[in-house]
Amino acid sequence: MTRYSFLEVAKNAFSAHKNWGRQWRSPEPKPAYDVIIIGAGGHGLATAYYLAKVHGITNVAVLDKGWLGGGNTGRNTTIVRSNYLWEESARLYQHALDLWDGLSQELNYNVMYSQRGVMMLAHTVHDIQVFKRHIHANRLAGVTNEWLSAEEAKEFCPPLNIDKNIRYPVMGAALQRVGGTARHDAVAWGYARGASAMGVDIIQNCAVTGIRRAPTGEVTGVETTRGFIGAKKIGCVAAGNTSVVMAMAGLKLPLESNPLQALVSEPVKPAFPCVVMSNTIHAYISQSDKGELVIGAGTDQFVSYSQAGGLHITTHTLDAICELFPMFRRMRMLRNWGGIVDNTPDRSPIIGLTPVPGLYLNCGWGTGGFKATPGSGHVFAHTIATGAPHPVNAPFSLDRFRTGRLIDEAAAAAVAH
Amino acid sequence: MLLISCPYCGVERPETEFRYGGEAHIARPADPSQLNDEEWAQFLYMRTNTRGLYAERWRHAHGCGRFFNAVRDTVSDKFVCTYKAGEPKPDLDALARASQEKDAR
Repeated sequence: MTRYSFLEVAKNAFSAHKNWGRQWRSPEPKPAYDVIIIGAGGHGLATAYYLAKVHGITNVAVLDKGWLGGGNTGRNTTIVRSNYLWEESARLYQHALDLWDGLSQELNYNVMYSQRGVMMLAHTVHDIQVFKRHIHANRLAGVTNEWLSAEEAKEFCPPLNIDKNIRYPVMGAALQRVGGTARHDAVAWGYARGASAMGVDIIQNCAVTGIRRAPTGEVTGVETTRGFIGAKKIGCVAAGNTSVVMAMAGLKLPLESNPLQALVSEPVKPAFPCVVMSNTIHAYISQSDKGELVIGAGTDQFVSYSQAGGLHITTHTLDAICELFPMFRRMRMLRNWGGIVDNTPDRSPIIGLTPVPGLYLNCGWGTGGFKATPGSGHVFAHTIATGAPHPVNAPFSLDRFRTGRLIDEAAAAAVAH
Repeated sequence: MLLISCPYCGVERPETEFRYGGEAHIARPADPSQLNDEEWAQFLYMRTNTRGLYAERWRHAHGCGRFFNAVRDTVSDKFVCTYKAGEPKPDLDALARASQEKDAR
């Protein structure tokens, strides 16, 4: 692997940048691996990276039915924050946030992590009470989060309309200054490059069609469109298609897959300094470094794998954007798309063991998995390597739906999906 | 937006008139006090979440207000049929085969 540096850029300038090497290998699958990861999105690639880096397990394959980072990793709105209500969640997302710091240096790959601040708007008395409760809970859990008046919110984000005569006036905001955005593709590419350099095989266009098990129950490998590949340990990180993959091992999960839409505008000069989210009127928005406004809408109400949602959902979001930021009323939207998110009943992820020996599960990230990518990969690698959950992901077991120890972030998510 | 045919009203209406009710044909336990934790988890939370033909509940919230069931392909989002609550679950495998044969022709 070429280590990227200023010197390397200068050297390649002499050949007009035509001779840069491939960032990761594209090998043929071996007959067997120590660990197979199903799904080459950010979480799957991060898992493979930390398996190799932290646990020294390099005989790993990451399989994907399409291309790496082509699912929800390439479709999300790239927001990073950690101000979740419950202590278990705050620990998990803060663990990720700690890893985001210095991730570019660690991967030697610019993931364009920008801590520009994430501001959540309150429009009702109930919002104010809920956000203040969040802020107090966060501060007790060691997570930064602060309350702003409407005027302070406007100072932090000048395009914001705090007129009292709009339908849902801004009554204040919760601000996490360390929150922000990162370049989603670069996260997948950086982890893929790092993992590949340590010996991990990333095998694209290789769909898993079955999970083979021994008569005693434990997994022995996966059937794929490129033949059987053996492994004693399998980690499933298939996001919206998790139910489909796990059904191959005879498991039924507490998941429902829904389309979640996002859209981007034409690129304009820097005009929007932070990330703004509004739960009540349902919109979130930031500006990418390329200049596009990146806007997130809600989920469709029904189960679907179509990677497309209803136009009335995005229209609803744009209504809110136009009211909150009147200067964007004449912006033209360039593209919109959907990704399939796997929602759990308590809106918290499932990371841990399954009833099938050797089969591990990382799913249920729902509408907000991107922010957790490094932390999710880190604790899932620990779970696979040691066969037991890391203390951070121990509460997020599949078993919690039997014991009733749910981590109810459903009412606590920043945007009510 | 989906167009949904309400089997009670007998008309096709836009999705915004309806609320989704999740997977259909999950019967409430006949004797709840006899269920163990695992059986409760299955009833309350576990869903087949099928990629393909899926039997699901809808409620015509801004119409007749009644619950009914539907079979929809979760890949194309096309409805195969809708039917009244209480009617038996259609044979999804047979419906899938029929739609494949139709596509083949």
